[in-house]
Amino acid sequence: MAKARLELGTVIDGFTIGPLVHQGGMAGLYEVTHPDHAIAMLMKVPILHEGEDPAAIVGFEMEQMILPRLSGRHVPRFIANGDFSVQPYLVYERVPGETLKPRMEHLPRPPEEVAVLGAKIATALADLHAQHVVHLDIKPSNVIIREGDGEAVLIDYGLSHHLQLPDLMAEEFRVPYGTAPYMAPEQVFGIRSEPRSDLFAIGSLMYFFATGTRPFGDPQTLKGLKKRVWWDPTPPRKLNPTVPPWLQEIILRCLSVDPDARHPTASQLAFDLTHPGEVHLTPRAEKLMRDPWSARIKRRFHPEAFRPVLQREKQMAAQITSAPIVAVAIDLAESQQELTDALRTTVERILSTVPDARLACLNVLKTSLLALDQSLDADGNSIHVQRLVQLKDWARQAKIAPERVSCHVLEAVDASAALLDYLHANRVDHMVLGARTDSRLRNILGSVSTEIVQKAPCTVTVVRRARSYQFEAAEPEARAAAQ
Amino acid sequence: MRIAFLADIHANLEGLRACLADARGRAVDRYVYLGDIVGYGADPAACIDIVAEACEQGAQALMGNHDQAVLHSDFQLNETAAAAIKWTQTQLTAAHKSFLTRLPMTITEGSLLFVHASASRPEKFPYVHSLREASDSLVATPAKITACGHVHDPALYHIAVTGKVMGFIPIAGTPIPLSSQRRWLAVMGSVGQPRDGNPNAAYGILDTRSNEITYIRVPYDIDAAAAKIRGAGLPESLWKRLSMGR
Repeated sequence: MAKARLELGTVIDGFTIGPLVHQGGMAGLYEVTHPDHAIAMLMKVPILHEGEDPAAIVGFEMEQMILPRLSGRHVPRFIANGDFSVQPYLVYERVPGETLKPRMEHLPRPPEEVAVLGAKIATALADLHAQHVVHLDIKPSNVIIREGDGEAVLIDYGLSHHLQLPDLMAEEFRVPYGTAPYMAPEQVFGIRSEPRSDLFAIGSLMYFFATGTRPFGDPQTLKGLKKRVWWDPTPPRKLNPTVPPWLQEIILRCLSVDPDARHPTASQLAFDLTHPGEVHLTPRAEKLMRDPWSARIKRRFHPEAFRPVLQREKQMAAQITSAPIVAVAIDLAESQQELTDALRTTVERILSTVPDARLACLNVLKTSLLALDQSLDADGNSIHVQRLVQLKDWARQAKIAPERVSCHVLEAVDASAALLDYLHANRVDHMVLGARTDSRLRNILGSVSTEIVQKAPCTVTVVRRARSYQFEAAEPEARAAAQ
Repeated sequence: MRIAFLADIHANLEGLRACLADARGRAVDRYVYLGDIVGYGADPAACIDIVAEACEQGAQALMGNHDQAVLHSDFQLNETAAAAIKWTQTQLTAAHKSFLTRLPMTITEGSLLFVHASASRPEKFPYVHSLREASDSLVATPAKITACGHVHDPALYHIAVTGKVMGFIPIAGTPIPLSSQRRWLAVMGSVGQPRDGNPNAAYGILDTRSNEITYIRVPYDIDAAAAKIRGAGLPESLWKRLSMGR
């Protein structure tokens, strides 16, 4: 029969029980070893007393369903499930590193650290959302910063929802499950399929870490939880003046009541947090006062404003693909004018079909390994800044709303490597770049587009300048290669 | 053990062949035909032949309401279905009818139950369209997993120890783990006349070792199946609905 507490040294399905590491309200965590698995592991054992909260059992069932289906660097590796009829357990990798919980004792944290942590969690969530899972319980104790690479690993999937699997939690309980300070408004109303609920939780966590104050307190009643629909928090800069406007802009955007007003995806949030200079600032970036009481009262007594949010149940997969990050690499050389025009047309077409997409315009400034870098031109102007101005001019002509566009000059020795690094670091969904038509140059430099097409982790569109469809004799080297 | 469930073939030979070809590539050990081999479609004899031959090799088949109607003159079906049944009766040999006569209403195997419509009153063929009807079936049997067809819309219902029944519309191709903590009612889509807006033929596979069920959709030659129904002089709605999946 299932036991809630396991004795040290007991062997279950080959796993030898070690010391109890943590006893939570719903489960205990034990160190375990197994002759077939060399890695450090934890066994989670649910508490199954009579009269216990049935959510503990269902949450455990959900985690047993979801964890085996997850993979990647941002989740603990699943090892084994134990059946309920004998001894329910879940064994997974013990991730080396600490959760964010100990940092709660030293708040506020410096804004730079808050942004870095927010970006790490957002990056981990992007990976989770891409696997069709909404976490729904993002909080300091569920984020481990792994020793070594410093990446965020998300733990505890007991409240999560896998969008392609039955949601055992939904409808089962009348009270919403989540952690009060971090729960998104729609989650309070029982919606469990909105990935942007996790972005609200990141916003709440960043707010708390940046100011030392929880944006909505820690309400213990349903009524208290619902207050966040109309009760806006004090702007972070009022509580901690060292919070820069761009970070306040991001935090308050995450805390938007309407999920549509938040960042469309976790990747886009991570992008903003790692590119402070590119954050589109609105008046809320600078505000130091809460909304006037009249506005709050209006929201309080007109709950219908929130209803559209409740009626909307979006499929996460659809949401992720409809809000991609598109990157375009632009060669600013004058001889490439036709090509940059063709690139602009292509990018305009792509962005007009996906309203939530954002565009990153990239240019690679080649640096030399040997010589001291010539960062100034003959007239003493910074080449980097000049390139940036040109890029912004290209983007301005593309007739895309400025808040959807950002421009980046990457300084690198190897253009392909720099672009590939950028794609990986920013989880770009679609890369657009031009094909160099000058074969002499291509032979000397190697083709950037060919390398990107081969190695990019995303869809790549290679654009050519318009040419007439006439028969053109193949170039000698191409003929040679074909033989 | 991997069991393929094929429900509501409805004399659609193209749909049936496509599902069987698909199942051959998925390491299926056993086939269970969940009833309604005939009715609506233009190939009742060929479909019965395939199922009967499969049964000789270990497959199992259940009685559906259309299979039963073909055997009687006093069946109760709507006008369109009745027209198809009358035509079907002219297409079958005594051997075909004898095969249909022998089909059982339910098959129980350990913790599994197979039935055409619902575990609650199998011989009355009640429809499972709602949580309440799903609940009727789930409480009528101790089986851990019940597989059925009949409504043509794929769905997966489950009942928890607390007695709460919930439903889920499966995503084709995604294996769904069936937790041993609850009991399940897996409603298969229709091989021969899908009605959930997706015209592709539907069937499912239960893996009893990993305790996972996968709902599967298979494209097939809809035009050919529709043309035959039209050619047989059956009601227009019967061939028109195939391409719409409604």
